[in-house]
Amino acid sequence: MITAILTIAGLATLFGLVLGYSAIRFRVEGDPIADQIDAILPQTQCGQCGFGGCRPYAEAIASGEAEINRCPPGGESTMIALAELLGRDPIALDDEAAAEKPKSVAYIVDAECIGCTLCIQACPVDAIMGAAKQLHAVIASECTGCELCLPPCPVECIHMHPIETTPQTWRWPYPAPPAREVANG
Amino acid sequence: MAEPRELSHFHGGLHLDDHKDESNTTPIRDLPLPAHLVLPLQQHIGHVAEPVVAVGDKVNKGQMVARAADYVSAPIHAPTSGTVSAIGRRPVPHPSGLDDLCITLEPDGEDRWDTLPAPITDWRDTEPAELRERIRWAGIVGLGGAAFPTAVKVNTSGQRRIDTLLVNAAECEPYITCDDRLMREQAADIVDGIGILRYIVGAAHCLIGIEDNKPEAAAALRSAIATAGDDAIEVVEVPTLYPSGGERQLIKLLTGHEVPSHGLPAAVGVVCQNVATVAAVADAVLRGRPLIDRVVTATGGGIAQPGNFRVRFGTPAASVIDAAGGRTGAYGRLILGGPMMGFTLHDEQVPITKAGNCLLAPSDEELPPPPAQRPCIRCGECARVCPAQLLPQQLYWQARAQDFDKVQDYHLFDCIECGCCAFVCPAHIPLVHYYRFAKTEIWAQERERDKSDLARRRHEARVARIERLEAERKARLRQKKDALEKNTAADADPKKAAIAAAMQRVAAKKAAQEAASETSDSE
Amino acid sequence: MNKLEISISSPHLSGPQSVTRVMALVLLALVPGTLALLWYFGWGVIINIALAVGSAVVAEAIVLRLRGRAVADTLLDLSAVVTGWLLALALPPLLPWWQTVLGSVFAIVIVKQLYGGIGFNPFNPAMAGYVLLLVSFPVTMTRWLAPEVITGQALSFADSLHIIFAGLPPAGQTWDVVSSATPLDLMRSELSQNHMISEIRSSPLWGDYGGRGWEWVGNWFLLGGLFLIWQRVISWRIPVAMLGSLLLVAGLFWAIDHETHPFPAFHLFSGGAILGAFFIATDPVSACTTPRGQLVYGALIGLFVFIIRTWGGYPDAVAFSVLLMNMAAPTIDYYTQPRIFGQRSGSDG
Repeated sequence: MITAILTIAGLATLFGLVLGYSAIRFRVEGDPIADQIDAILPQTQCGQCGFGGCRPYAEAIASGEAEINRCPPGGESTMIALAELLGRDPIALDDEAAAEKPKSVAYIVDAECIGCTLCIQACPVDAIMGAAKQLHAVIASECTGCELCLPPCPVECIHMHPIETTPQTWRWPYPAPPAREVANG
Repeated sequence: MAEPRELSHFHGGLHLDDHKDESNTTPIRDLPLPAHLVLPLQQHIGHVAEPVVAVGDKVNKGQMVARAADYVSAPIHAPTSGTVSAIGRRPVPHPSGLDDLCITLEPDGEDRWDTLPAPITDWRDTEPAELRERIRWAGIVGLGGAAFPTAVKVNTSGQRRIDTLLVNAAECEPYITCDDRLMREQAADIVDGIGILRYIVGAAHCLIGIEDNKPEAAAALRSAIATAGDDAIEVVEVPTLYPSGGERQLIKLLTGHEVPSHGLPAAVGVVCQNVATVAAVADAVLRGRPLIDRVVTATGGGIAQPGNFRVRFGTPAASVIDAAGGRTGAYGRLILGGPMMGFTLHDEQVPITKAGNCLLAPSDEELPPPPAQRPCIRCGECARVCPAQLLPQQLYWQARAQDFDKVQDYHLFDCIECGCCAFVCPAHIPLVHYYRFAKTEIWAQERERDKSDLARRRHEARVARIERLEAERKARLRQKKDALEKNTAADADPKKAAIAAAMQRVAAKKAAQEAASETSDSE
Repeated sequence: MNKLEISISSPHLSGPQSVTRVMALVLLALVPGTLALLWYFGWGVIINIALAVGSAVVAEAIVLRLRGRAVADTLLDLSAVVTGWLLALALPPLLPWWQTVLGSVFAIVIVKQLYGGIGFNPFNPAMAGYVLLLVSFPVTMTRWLAPEVITGQALSFADSLHIIFAGLPPAGQTWDVVSSATPLDLMRSELSQNHMISEIRSSPLWGDYGGRGWEWVGNWFLLGGLFLIWQRVISWRIPVAMLGSLLLVAGLFWAIDHETHPFPAFHLFSGGAILGAFFIATDPVSACTTPRGQLVYGALIGLFVFIIRTWGGYPDAVAFSVLLMNMAAPTIDYYTQPRIFGQRSGSDG
């Protein structure tokens, strides 16, 4: 009786020590989950998710306040990546998010710009150059296509131009399915 | 040269019908000047070249029309004299069939040379850096098809010591004979170029790897070497086995070393150059000429008089076909490159560029349309022939499932796209297409990631800036307020003190008066 | 030039090999062994093949139609024929027709098509069909014939047809007269009665080095297998590893005790070992594909064949061993990835 109790107690102590040691020794200094979510989001900072940018949305997802289907620029692939990261089931994109638009950049029509700087203040990534009463210009390589500069413009001189595929950015299409799979159609 | 060199071997490979005889029996022919020359700004790996001419400018033959935009880039020179008629998007030879930025040149027919830099005949007494600069100026890129800037490739400073310059004359793909003819006709140039390159990279000796189906070319090289008296150059004939002309495969064959999976040939002390590139180096250094043309093979059952042509860059592919007697039979596909690695041109007017080694117009019997695809039966034949020793079948499953992490676990980027796996596949699965799909998808994802990282950084910087400005504004406000308060305090204090002092004085007076009156009353 | 055509990736050449050709070569390689079976065991062999192949093809056609796939085009790959044929070769020659058909249909519908058709089945369909029949109908499935070299009497084609379709022994005879144990069965039951090998060897079922008749069937299948290796339809690794490990283990035990363990060649030439090694274990879809993996896979099949034959509940074990290793094949493949070009040996593949 005594032996059994001692044995069990001894084992418990031993395993407790092992567990305690490994908790210290093998502690994972992982990214906080919000950072990992933020890394997946496309960083357009467009606010279409209803939050003030990608980071706030990431924090909202991490704390369980927001669904993972509210990022239109990221589209389906981002939603699936989030689902994988968080171990959630993929869900259909939000109605607004579902209509995936081609990736675009903003373009300011020179002749119409009045140099009001409103768009410069709206741009979340500082991709618009200019000063008061001076012509503004979008730095295309920095523009995320978030469209946040469109509403403030008093003369509607900002247009979204879809990014054209060039030979440098072209991707091979997914190979055509085998003939036998086509045959049923 | 006396005893045959002991050759190593590489895994897999294919014995293919080489179809060299159709085009390698006639000398290299010249082409008449076409009506337009269209020079794509991206003819090389690396940054797109930047135009240095404007529409309407008159240029001379050999004049630079676009400069290298970065270290890994190459300038472009006018292949003849004429007028720049346009700078804009035009069809280019690319599997996408998309247009790209090009400089269009209207030849004036005079073919007038620009003032060229002086030949460097005493290259042995010249700094290697200066020779590299000449190669860079000349816009020389790998002419075997990869089009990597040669000046970058031969800059081996900071790397392991190079002991071997390996000249790739294998030309292993069927049908292509441009290097074969070049070796037969310009062996002396090649030997000159070898001397220069060997000096630049500091290699003690040079091996020329050539497939044994080109005995005439090998003989021409040997006699040129004998004439030059350079006994550090050795011509090594390797068995005809596709893809022995793959850089890594040839290095393995000739030296027995395997270039590390993510490394450069320099890691095993080798620099590898295509034989046509070597000739171009001789041209640039010894004659001061930039790279403005190349030898192109026009061949296949659909071509009347197959052969090789010296083609100025920018010449439409159709002009080369015309010079080769035009098409015979039904109008079929036109492939740029060989049957194993080339791609179908979407437009016969696309220009020949630095990477264009062969125009293949096959008859239907030669290259029938691909047979119907069936499901993979996992026979493993693909792995048996893979010269990179990959598991093509696993790559296929992962690429098909679009699992881009897994596909890289199976070393997708070690695939050289030689096509051996797809050739032997009994299910006729377009394996290479799957790999290319996966590669371009992964690159696109990387670009997206870079872009979103940039956006994140910029956004964070902006947020930080706004906070800082806000903080600064607040700090300034507070300072002002403080200063104001301090001022009021400072202004008020003397008054208060004066008032207090006055009040004290009044109180004292009062007390004194009261005391006096009391005393007087009591008296 | 349309868009589709330009998006065809290189290579533009394709080799002569095709799935149909691979399957046709397998069928061709089966011919000598099949003829030998026919020679020793009579018309039942051919009737079985006709039944199994016929029902396999019909079953495949029906399922393909139901799945909305191209029927004729897919049947042309001949894989259903191969499956049916291999199953038939493993069945006793006078098996009732409906059992043959059941096994064949099960192999095609459940084991092959339900997993997605050719290329997607994790198990060898023929062997799965065989095992289904073996566990479901143990009596008829172990009712083999003695080779005609022993009995000296041949059943006519009509008799064979009658037996197979009526399910009755020939008129005026009992099953005991017609049927006979296989050499493996005999070995097993005699050993369990503590008979010595030397006593068992005096049975007329014994040939020169394997079962009588069986050894020659094995030789002809071996010939077909070598033909397949020569044609590079299969690699040498699986058969060599499987037969090698079987020989090695059997040899080891034989060396320990001659009287309770049969001569190693007996294992090779008395049952389905040769057929299994060259035609069944090498089924590419369900086998390992990496070179080292194939060696491991083959060797383990050989080991399991010996273990099950010696200590297991069934006289022959090729089917069980192959199915067992089918399950392990993906894992073996994963851990036996070859070193790639330019990768330092020792680093993880």
